[in-house]
Amino acid sequence: MTAGARLPAPLLEVQGLAKDFGGLAAVRGVDFAVRAGQIKALIGPNGAGKTTIFNLIAGALAPTRGRVLFEGIPLPVRRPHAVAARGIARTFQLVRLFGEMSVLETVLVGCHRRGRAGWAACALRTRAARQDEAELRLRAQTVLALLGLGARADQPAAALPYGEQRLVELGRALAAEPKLLLLDEPGAGLGRDEQARLAAIIRTIRDAGATVLLVDHHMDFVLGLSDEVVVLSYGEKLAEGRPEAVRTDPAVIGAYLGDEAA
Amino acid sequence: MTLGEQLAQYLASGLVVGGAYALIGLGFVIVYSVTRIINFAQGEFVMLGALGMVTGTGLGLGPLPAFVLVVAAVAALAAALERVAVHPLRRAPALAVLILTIGASIALRGGALVVWGTDPFALAPFSAGPPVALLGALVVRQAFWVVAVAALVFALLWFFFTRTYAGTAVRACAVNPRAARLMGIRVDGMSLLAFALSGALGATAGAVIAPITYATYDMGLMLGLKGFVAAVLGGLVSPPGAIAGGILLGVLEAFAAGLVSSGYKDAVAFVILIALCLVQVAGWLPWRVPVEEG
Amino acid sequence: MSARERWVLLLAVGLAAAVVPWTVRSTYVLSALVFVALNGIAALALSLVMGFAGQVSLGQAAFYAIGAYVSGVLTASYGWNPWVAMAVAVAAGALTAFLVGLPIFRLSGLLLAMATLGFGIILYYVLVNWASVTGGPSGLTGIPPLAIGGVQLDSDRRMAWLAWGALLLVLGLAGNLVDSRVGRALRAIHGSEPAAEAAGVDTARYKLGVFAVAGGVTALAGALYAHYLKFINPSPFGFAFSIELVVMVVLGGVASLWGAVLGAALVVGLVEALRALLPLLTVSHGAAEYEIVVFGLLLMAFMIFLPGGLSALGRRAA
Repeated sequence: MTAGARLPAPLLEVQGLAKDFGGLAAVRGVDFAVRAGQIKALIGPNGAGKTTIFNLIAGALAPTRGRVLFEGIPLPVRRPHAVAARGIARTFQLVRLFGEMSVLETVLVGCHRRGRAGWAACALRTRAARQDEAELRLRAQTVLALLGLGARADQPAAALPYGEQRLVELGRALAAEPKLLLLDEPGAGLGRDEQARLAAIIRTIRDAGATVLLVDHHMDFVLGLSDEVVVLSYGEKLAEGRPEAVRTDPAVIGAYLGDEAA
Repeated sequence: MTLGEQLAQYLASGLVVGGAYALIGLGFVIVYSVTRIINFAQGEFVMLGALGMVTGTGLGLGPLPAFVLVVAAVAALAAALERVAVHPLRRAPALAVLILTIGASIALRGGALVVWGTDPFALAPFSAGPPVALLGALVVRQAFWVVAVAALVFALLWFFFTRTYAGTAVRACAVNPRAARLMGIRVDGMSLLAFALSGALGATAGAVIAPITYATYDMGLMLGLKGFVAAVLGGLVSPPGAIAGGILLGVLEAFAAGLVSSGYKDAVAFVILIALCLVQVAGWLPWRVPVEEG
Repeated sequence: MSARERWVLLLAVGLAAAVVPWTVRSTYVLSALVFVALNGIAALALSLVMGFAGQVSLGQAAFYAIGAYVSGVLTASYGWNPWVAMAVAVAAGALTAFLVGLPIFRLSGLLLAMATLGFGIILYYVLVNWASVTGGPSGLTGIPPLAIGGVQLDSDRRMAWLAWGALLLVLGLAGNLVDSRVGRALRAIHGSEPAAEAAGVDTARYKLGVFAVAGGVTALAGALYAHYLKFINPSPFGFAFSIELVVMVVLGGVASLWGAVLGAALVVGLVEALRALLPLLTVSHGAAEYEIVVFGLLLMAFMIFLPGGLSALGRRAA
């Protein structure tokens, strides 16, 4: 690490990122950067390209143009697990759980990269494999405790109320101890209390050293939580800055009013 | 025979068998386009067409009435299969439906075994007479029936796909099922229509090639799989692609059997299938086989 | 099931498998027991692929054949020690699966199913046509039985012990695997491939891994089959057997290891029951004709009415 006296280098740099879907430009050359220790948000009306940018960063989609640097090195394209290996974890806009898995097991999958035990060791249940498993379980339980899901550990994740399913997904991402956490509409479908609880958890994560990039369209939730905001509209960056500055930006107000009038 | 005559012979028999593969492949394409299902029972429609002709003509019907009756009956059976088994599973994962159609295929084959037994049946050619010499090859008369019927079916299908509302709707489903649904096309009804059509196509193929290949209860498996390979060769959603794929496969098989070894003739299609998969993974294929996640 | 419950169940079935062959006299029943175990091993391997990684292989019989032929040829034609030959056969099954899977496991489900099917059929033609090595359609004779410390495992009873021992060993190892870091990764792929990827699971590698493991395990069953019957020919390893294995897995419930064994037992039992019953009900043809109708209808009925298989029924009742 070359932590000097100058400003910390950006953890994530998005450079000229563009994505066409069969001639339809969903993202048209977006630039922004996320500094380590920040909570940064992408906001914008539906169809602004927020989730597409997420999928491009996470390696689920290949960009048409542009690139994404993480710690100064380009991220792999179309190989999400390799992006995860660099220290990036994500949640999904629509909750994606694993069939009949319990809450604990779901979070354990998030610990996957922290484990060491291979096929043979797992099949033979060697001492090393059992030790590895015990460490993973401890880690997963710590995450569940942080999220207040300790009592739910052995229940099927898919049977939980929607708000708690979102927390399980968050737990799965946290379990990887990512340097960068990508949260796709974490507040969607949550009540006001749940949103406040979620915001507190996200701040805790940031204070523990992680960097958070999130996408949402709840203005109040996002502006109250984020250190910096990027506003998108029709695949382009409209504004970027501190929440209070963005809130009064005429271009942003125009875009949102236009959206509501439509 | 000179080498030239031999090659002409291979080409002729390849074209004829390829015509049948094309008909079967078209059935796969139509069903897959509309429903995104690979109907494993497609080959059994072929078998039922062939054995149905055997029984029909055995009862004293002429080839034409028997043909019409058999094709209609198999189309009705295919439609019934869609309503009873496939339709209830329309929201199930693709692999579950594939297993379902495998079950249907086994049941139909077993049913045919119970009705017709294991003996192969010879079906009289539609018109009698000795083989015809054509450009150095000897061609059996039935081969002309195969080619003529296939060409007629292709022409009818072309008319259906480009000149009728239902045909255009099928093509719309092939391009984008969700958009087609939003445009007000009843995909449910389309699914029924697609199965009936594929049944008719399969039965037609079986009826016209039975005089050349014999008809047995277990002929459907291999013919169905080869029709599938023909469809994949053509991109799986393209009717002209399936026709070209079928003819190409038939010719390649005939040449492989003649020039390499007849023991591996049936393996040719599967070598092509695996090669296609490799090429697609490598990204060399100029077109994409649009297979969705299972 | 917890690890403790798994071991109790294994122990109980192990005891039964040790005792039952003593009490059974009929070689007919003993041989059915052997086949339940051998098919159970192969079905269990397929259930790892289908139920835990969510992929369908329609060519699994090929790996059974590879196990049988590699072990058979090495012992009968080259005089190898059967145990060494069997180990090579298992490695050959796993390696073949790995090589076959390398290109095709990056394909999505349906094309993958058809590609494995194609592989199975190609291998079948190789067995039939490569007569100088495989013996062609008439088969390969003179395969020696296995022996432990000078005791030949050449009776149905001894083979029943060995086959069930192998089945329980595989069940134990597979149970461990499923309930571990690796098994969770596999089940995660089945649940949601994008989410598993995002959690850092290299899904293509894991799918390939489980396919290779299944190939090796299936080859083990095939090798045991060869040393049990002492004669092999291509016909039992055709497409029909691949489908029969799928039926076993679907009957038992795809994501259940014990379900796969139950499915194997049901299929073997059903075939025998049909062979015994049908001649009483019908005069026209032999019973084998009706067998496949029943399989087909069962497969359809399970997909429509009980897609979770019999083990889902148990879970619902519990």
